[in-house]
Amino acid sequence: MPDQLLYAMEVTLNGLMAGVLYALVALGFVLIFKASGIFNYAQGVLALFAALTLVGIQEGQVPFAHLINAITGGHLTHFGWQVPAVIAIVLTAGVMVLLAIVIEKLVLKHLVSQAPIILFMATIGLAYFLEGFGDVMWGSDIKTLDVGLPQGINDTIETTTANWFGYGFFIDNLDIVATVVAVLLVTALTLFSQFSKQGRALRAVADDHQAALSVGISLRFIWVLVWSIAGFVALVAGIMWGSKSGVQFSLSLIALKALPVLMLGGFTSIPGAIVGGLIIGVGEKLFEFSIGPMIGGATENWFAYVLALVFLVFRPQGLFGERIIERV
Amino acid sequence: MKKTLTAWVAAAITLTSAPAFADLVVPNLSYRTGAYAANGIPYADGFNDYFTLLNERDGGIGGEKVQSPECETAYNTEKGVECYESTKGTGALVYNPLSTGITYQLIPKMSADGITLYTPGYGRTSAANGKVFKWVFNFPANYWDGASVAIKYILDQEGGDIKGKTVALVYHNSAYGKEPIRTLEELAKKHGFTLKAIPVDHPGQEQKSQWLQIRREKPDYVLMWGWGVMNQVAIQEAVNIRYPMDHFIGVWWSGSENDVAPAGDKASGYKSLSFHGTGGAYPVYDDLKKYVVDTGKASGAGDQIGTMLYSRGMYAAMIISEAIRKAQEMTGKSDVNAAEVRDGFENLDLTEARLEELGLPNFAQPIKASCENHGGPGSAKVFQWDAAAKKWNEASDWISSDREVLDPLIAEDSAAYAKEAGIEESCK
Repeated sequence: MPDQLLYAMEVTLNGLMAGVLYALVALGFVLIFKASGIFNYAQGVLALFAALTLVGIQEGQVPFAHLINAITGGHLTHFGWQVPAVIAIVLTAGVMVLLAIVIEKLVLKHLVSQAPIILFMATIGLAYFLEGFGDVMWGSDIKTLDVGLPQGINDTIETTTANWFGYGFFIDNLDIVATVVAVLLVTALTLFSQFSKQGRALRAVADDHQAALSVGISLRFIWVLVWSIAGFVALVAGIMWGSKSGVQFSLSLIALKALPVLMLGGFTSIPGAIVGGLIIGVGEKLFEFSIGPMIGGATENWFAYVLALVFLVFRPQGLFGERIIERV
Repeated sequence: MKKTLTAWVAAAITLTSAPAFADLVVPNLSYRTGAYAANGIPYADGFNDYFTLLNERDGGIGGEKVQSPECETAYNTEKGVECYESTKGTGALVYNPLSTGITYQLIPKMSADGITLYTPGYGRTSAANGKVFKWVFNFPANYWDGASVAIKYILDQEGGDIKGKTVALVYHNSAYGKEPIRTLEELAKKHGFTLKAIPVDHPGQEQKSQWLQIRREKPDYVLMWGWGVMNQVAIQEAVNIRYPMDHFIGVWWSGSENDVAPAGDKASGYKSLSFHGTGGAYPVYDDLKKYVVDTGKASGAGDQIGTMLYSRGMYAAMIISEAIRKAQEMTGKSDVNAAEVRDGFENLDLTEARLEELGLPNFAQPIKASCENHGGPGSAKVFQWDAAAKKWNEASDWISSDREVLDPLIAEDSAAYAKEAGIEESCK
């Protein structure tokens, strides 16, 4: 097989894996938009906050240590214990639920029936607040996130492909784990929304707020529920991205990777987020591989948006989005 | 009544925001927020703490206290320029914005305003030519020095011959990252190696394509001009593809403890340049601990002392303070102004003996500036990361840059700027 074809196959596989990581971020946006019509600008910061909290709990870090030390003149940093990864993840998920309750009580509750742009602006404020709050709570140094996920080249795939094609493919173990986790997450979300009472309530609210309220579904409860789930999805995304780069404030910028995925897949479809992620992942990687070297490289950031725009020309609602028809 | 109120408000603003006019003011354009905060914080802390040390231990410089009021730029060029505009009226003597993008914007402004711009190890490389860039200094080393030092080190590793070898440059796709390309192209011609430039877009969180390319093309060495998360991800990806870490060399902005920490033990062997020493063994740190950290006056938590970026921030403050001292010596007065401080920079003669007096023996190369030479010695050392000991070990002695290649490039680039800006090259 020609080398270029083998390389293209390797790039495609890696693009699919990268797409899964993008989809993980996009999922959080979709969940909240679907249930409440809010475009949650703070989703990237939620991933950052979740990852910061996870490392903080795992490392036994004293929250607000800098603030406490500044007031008391002390030198607190750590409690002196380490929390196992699984327990730390569970505790962090708990913190994300608490955060969802606080957001609902302090922000969303006061904005019921406001225009979507108002809610969007509120999430911008929330993003900046959470970024600063995370800084004060856990410090701004780069933290190593280690929850035991494997990283580095998968030897089995490399050896097998080397035997088949004479060229060993590179697939990152972390990307394989991310794919498995994404599949489990989407399956769980689908089962939850199809078969649980809360899931059906969530779908009812997504379909028609007024009708859902009229049959006794609590909008406030649904908002807490959906922000909790989005917080959990953010935690998963934070773990995957944070394992690569360490947990640091640039983690919130992963949201930028989700936007073209949402444009392409639609804001209201969970399968859309997955398929959109895969198309963007493969598209940008193949473009960089084939055209990038001719035009100076670094094409991925803008090409993802171009690809999404091309799809929008033909399907303005995205591949799987709901068509909105407004009649005068 | 209205006038009285205005006067009170003006007085209150003056008292709360502006430093006392008798003080020496060196604004600290720092970034403690945003994507690059993790690097900006230790640098800003080192910068502030050194001035605090001078104030607490020596009563300032020549009896004048130093103030370094901070302004947050978030590594954003527009905010950096706003910071400059809002602080230059406070009697500011010199600026060190820690951003090549901000530097490019400030060069014409500060040259017009008559305030010194000091950019150690970053900024516009050809500012080393003092005949054109009267108000800009970038000693002890610039990006082109870094590129040359890295290639000289590779030459040394390869027994003096790198003909036919391939060197990849993984760079931040910005003004900063693109700086070394011209020099590396010239060095490639001179030494017969192939240069492969591989850009990474801001912020650099996703670099799979770039590292797959490196895996396919197998360059003999990889150089990196990165900043922030780009560094951490690049080192992790290099580990993932099993690239030999001792053939991976970062410029000094890709060589902090922050950059290697996320990859853990596997980052061991990664190399980086630096134009100063690192580690907490220098005598100045005893004074810093005694007068600044233990008295609760440290800018940060005091846990960054001796790290690469803290040391660099402290080094920048030390150079500025020595230039101010020189200006005081030249004028015979302590309350020097911005123009006099510029003269102090231009006449700076920082010897090893002086470094030793300052508690920094063998920390950096001596600097002897002049009207022509605003770029300094242009030397750097190679350091190698030891993950087990969590420290940078010296992997080379001081390596000087290739003046034969660099001087004509600097002359050419600065001449182009002079023409564009209508500046006549002069040292009168």
